[in-house]
Amino acid sequence: MHLASGEEKLDSMRFGVVVFPGTWSDCDFHYVISEVIRQPVKYVWHRDRDLADLDCVVLPGGFSYGDYLRAGAVAGRSPVVEALPEFLGRGGLVLGSCNGFQILCEAGLLPGALMRNECLQYRCQSTSLLVENAETPFTRALRPGQVLTMPISHGEGKYHADPETLRTLRQNNQVVFRYATPEGQVTRAANPNGSVENIAGIVNAEGTVLGLMPHPERAAESAMGGTDGLQIFHSLLGSLVEDGTFLKR
Amino acid sequence: MKVRVLVRLKPGILDVQGAAVQRALAGLGFGDVRGLRVGKLVEVDVDAADAAQARARVDEMCRRLLANTILEDYTIEAEPAERLAPPGALR
Repeated sequence: MHLASGEEKLDSMRFGVVVFPGTWSDCDFHYVISEVIRQPVKYVWHRDRDLADLDCVVLPGGFSYGDYLRAGAVAGRSPVVEALPEFLGRGGLVLGSCNGFQILCEAGLLPGALMRNECLQYRCQSTSLLVENAETPFTRALRPGQVLTMPISHGEGKYHADPETLRTLRQNNQVVFRYATPEGQVTRAANPNGSVENIAGIVNAEGTVLGLMPHPERAAESAMGGTDGLQIFHSLLGSLVEDGTFLKR
Repeated sequence: MKVRVLVRLKPGILDVQGAAVQRALAGLGFGDVRGLRVGKLVEVDVDAADAAQARARVDEMCRRLLANTILEDYTIEAEPAERLAPPGALR
């Protein structure tokens, strides 16, 4: 790390876990951050606009505001989400999982949209994810071609984007995860919800916002059946160590 | 002023809900259904001087919240349209 004298030593990443009415994965994220990776974490209420003392904001899964109108539609216009562009502008990172991914798309912080699963079923199952982009702050502990196992739990996770947006995503290497077989083959059978091009997770053009339908917080301890989700948290901490000064505290 | 908004999936976007309803109808003997898509009706009562102003306000509401224009198209009926009103509805 190259820190100017007098600058605070960066040895921890300060997480904020956003709570909307109807969020259900907030406690799981809080637990993993505080007890498994042992970083400072606090809950952030949906009406809060003050994200000044945070480095990474997590939008967890659930049914924010009952998912009325569309999944994530109301949350996407909430005070805390309106504060995210400014937070990103000063170097913050945003991770949205499941409903969090839906919210980020609804807010326009990620391209595309999520819609009803093609099978019409709510899918709660383990999935295999092919890692495509390992150069984001969320995936730098991984390597491209690696396959992770993480659960999904959603009824509206079919990712949709128009052909031009898909082209841009490919050009900028913004597709981070695709649903695949355990061997890493991207097949129709491995696609649990009908997402276009098996897309399970994407980043924004800057690589500072990750949205994914799977739940990394539910794959963070061996007692939960796997720890692949921890790689995302470890990547974030690795970003802290390697970049040190990337956050303009 | 009462305004009706019809929100529907864009043409070409698979409507799995509509397909399921169509299959259910076929099961009831309505095999003659050639297509079916499910949309949303939003009724908004908005303070406005005239229909044009009401329409403009609701258009902004659609763009900012009521419709996701990546997936959906919307139409605004600033006055209760004959074809939208249920039979015998009071005016």
